[in-house]
Amino acid sequence: MNCQEKTQYYLDRIAKYNPKLNCYLTVCAKEALAAARAADQRRAKKESLGPLDGVPIALKDIFVTEGIKTTCGSKILNNYIPPYDGTTASALKKGGAVLLGKLNLDEFAMGSSNEFSGFGPVQNPWKEGYIPGGSSGGSAAALAADLCPLSMGTDTGGSIRQPAALCGVVGLKPTYGRVTRYGIIAFASSLDQAGPMARTVEDCALLMNVVAGYDAKDSTSLNVPAEDFTKKLKQPVKGLKLGLPREYFINGMDAEVTTAVQKAAKKFEDLGAKVEEMSLPHTQYAVPCYYIIAPAEASANLARYDGVRFGHRAGNPKDLLDLYERSRSEGFGAEVTMRIVIGTFVLSTGYYDAYYLKAQKVRTLIKKDFTDAFQKFDAILTPTTPTPAFKIGEKTDDPIKMYLSDIFTIPVNLAGLPGLALPCGFSKTGLPVGMQLIGKHLDEATLFQLGFAYEQATDWHKRKPSLVMSHGS
Amino acid sequence: MSKYETVIGLEVHAQLLTKTKLFCACSAKFGDPPNSNICPVCTGQAGALPVLNKTAVEMAIKTGLALNCEIREKSIFARKNYFYPDLPKGYQISQYEKPLCVNGKLDHVPIVRIHMEEDAGKLLHDTGDPAVSHVDLNRCGTPLIEIVSGPDLHSPEEAADYMRKLRNILVYLEVCDGNMQEGSLRCDANVSIRPAGSKKLGTRTEIKNVNSFKFIENALAYEIQRQTAVVEAGGKVIQETRLWNQQKGTTEAMRSKEEAHDYRYFPDPDLLPLVVDRVWVEKIKGTLPELAGEKALRFAKQYNIPEYDAGVLTAQKELAYYFEECVRHHPSPKKISNWIMAELLRELKVRDQDITEIKMKPEQLARMVALIEQGTISGAAGKGVFMAMLDTGKDPEAIIQAKGLEQVSDTGAIETVIDKIIAKEAENVKRYQSGKKNVLGFFVGEVMKAMKGKANPKMVNEILRKKLG
Repeated sequence: MNCQEKTQYYLDRIAKYNPKLNCYLTVCAKEALAAARAADQRRAKKESLGPLDGVPIALKDIFVTEGIKTTCGSKILNNYIPPYDGTTASALKKGGAVLLGKLNLDEFAMGSSNEFSGFGPVQNPWKEGYIPGGSSGGSAAALAADLCPLSMGTDTGGSIRQPAALCGVVGLKPTYGRVTRYGIIAFASSLDQAGPMARTVEDCALLMNVVAGYDAKDSTSLNVPAEDFTKKLKQPVKGLKLGLPREYFINGMDAEVTTAVQKAAKKFEDLGAKVEEMSLPHTQYAVPCYYIIAPAEASANLARYDGVRFGHRAGNPKDLLDLYERSRSEGFGAEVTMRIVIGTFVLSTGYYDAYYLKAQKVRTLIKKDFTDAFQKFDAILTPTTPTPAFKIGEKTDDPIKMYLSDIFTIPVNLAGLPGLALPCGFSKTGLPVGMQLIGKHLDEATLFQLGFAYEQATDWHKRKPSLVMSHGS
Repeated sequence: MSKYETVIGLEVHAQLLTKTKLFCACSAKFGDPPNSNICPVCTGQAGALPVLNKTAVEMAIKTGLALNCEIREKSIFARKNYFYPDLPKGYQISQYEKPLCVNGKLDHVPIVRIHMEEDAGKLLHDTGDPAVSHVDLNRCGTPLIEIVSGPDLHSPEEAADYMRKLRNILVYLEVCDGNMQEGSLRCDANVSIRPAGSKKLGTRTEIKNVNSFKFIENALAYEIQRQTAVVEAGGKVIQETRLWNQQKGTTEAMRSKEEAHDYRYFPDPDLLPLVVDRVWVEKIKGTLPELAGEKALRFAKQYNIPEYDAGVLTAQKELAYYFEECVRHHPSPKKISNWIMAELLRELKVRDQDITEIKMKPEQLARMVALIEQGTISGAAGKGVFMAMLDTGKDPEAIIQAKGLEQVSDTGAIETVIDKIIAKEAENVKRYQSGKKNVLGFFVGEVMKAMKGKANPKMVNEILRKKLG
């Protein structure tokens, strides 16, 4: 297949399955075909813009794209056509990648089920009526349903890894600062990290090669030399030491998940790695710590959506305050509003020390847990989520239950470390189960190495959902 | 002595003279068409991020060093959260808990802190349609430093004097143009009164919009009188923000402490802590220009002029430069200083002009002084030449020639005239010879009159004395 045929293949599948799955918020059919045509012409002349030249990709609708509507899953940005390309969008464009469209997500990436999108929930391709995870649920579901071969997501508390696990695909949350934040719509700046999502570890590593790197436009970008993330893929994992943290196997979690991860640990042992139980003692404080820091930063990050310069503006405001209040309450959904209120509260005079400052101290302790552990281990193996995908509507009324689905991914964001999620089994009901590999600072290569070795030894990643939907076409 | 003591502290905002804004590459130029210097970063587009301008940091450090501050090795940019249409991000990036410079001093006045922050945009309300307001974001993100003095100023005059000195330093450092009218230098004043001798601070009010030296004095004088009246009447001063209304000559309540915002400051996660190493500070120290005080000392010593003159000449950087340029062209510092102090400064005042605006070049003034010394023109004629140079910017030689002011130093010519006058004024010659020496002045006057003021007065005097015996 040439690039145009490949692009058309995906556009056809999108047309067929997206009405039911609701992965894509925007499909860029015309632009994609034009980009594919240009790539084919280059190919005919034996020219290439790089490894992704002519390769279709879809972006979570949190990546700012010039001239292409970017909503961040929110009605407040329903009409937002950005005047610029973020660094990632621009790098992909320059590399010749073909942008198929923009993918659904929880509003402002706040959510674990994609039910908090301002534009309707996404269906899990493996089972109708189930959530795909979130917030990068559109990306994970689109990959699982083969509505795109590659995607970029963002991960603030698990938003790449959790949906990857629940949809049976691969997703990397890189080290904080590895991939630029310039042009991803901010949720919680000290935690947000963009990363690749794909159906295989190798594809993830290849995409990482294109998007990772220092960006002078992002002050928190790490100025480290570029590296080839595929360099260790084929190296044997024999002798590598994996930690299995006790705190990640807890009461109330799904036994099928525990079993699947234990089997994965066994598989690594079979491959020659050493697996040892260990402890990350401050794990239990991660979720409360996160739910102070993330909303605090979000409350300021989302202040710019005020109806003044762009985005939704309330009609006929009485005065300035009315303009602000109605534009924001009409534009933001309930979950986002709640998090803004929490964030505003924890930063208020008189509460700042007790909440925000204390949470920062706890964050330091959680970081230290990992630093200590990595004295001894090359990587840490955990489940990605406590349960497989749950039913749409099951947890929307209980924020605490919902928040706990990120219990194993949040500590990694707080510590700024890389985490790779990949499939390691299926539940009896046919839903994917995922494991997480947590790596040392800037050591994504070892995670890819471990993930690739596991993938070669198993075939979970080869399974495909049937996509038989009750009302589907 | 007054029953009350006044306590004043000033918060001065200075716009730094960088080419670009504090967190993006947009031009920081003043006066361009609205919204022509904007980008995704300074308009707060979704996904845009700030990157700190290093030159702005350098200028802030320069100011800190000139004001004898400690330069902190690690300072933090925070977000100051509030909603307003001129603030695109819904927060201002400003240093809060850990400012760049602390514990400085300007003369006897402590400088508590100097911190960096970004400016907001500008709202335009009078654009024709009363239902519509516009916002110009050109100024949004331009770099500011806020210089906070301790509460150690005790009169409106002292406050204005502090402000003048501060402005002078900023201009000397070339970190701010010091233009209060255009708002590149702005001042808020905190003022309170307390019973004389008391150590406890009274309740303060903050006065905004005191953007000229005159406003500072007027507003503070009014506010002190207002607070005194409140206390005298048995009332209590309320902590509030007040706005100076220059037209009415009063301060007006803006908002009380209760209405004050909770800005919910927290460290901006988009920016790493600003780390300033010693090597950098030392390097900047090496680039500090000579400041007014040092310059005055040098002037007094190097040019052998009175300290007072040196102080006046260095009070404005451009004036000091003008003086030194003159001296470079004609090394007669005392005479040049006299011309500047007596004539030039008076004319600047009369013409309401700044030294940077005048047509007369330093080398022209220098040449004129030289011409007087050489006797080419008289001092009296010099005044006319000076005024003509100020008016036209023409060279002194051209003016002298056009006006025929060249002095006659030809002994023969002067003798001829004197002989004629002595012959005519026999009576006065007798009076002089009988001891009435002050008649000499009459003769000098007659000679000058006859020679249309062009005679060399020194020679006229000498020859007259000789001839009159």
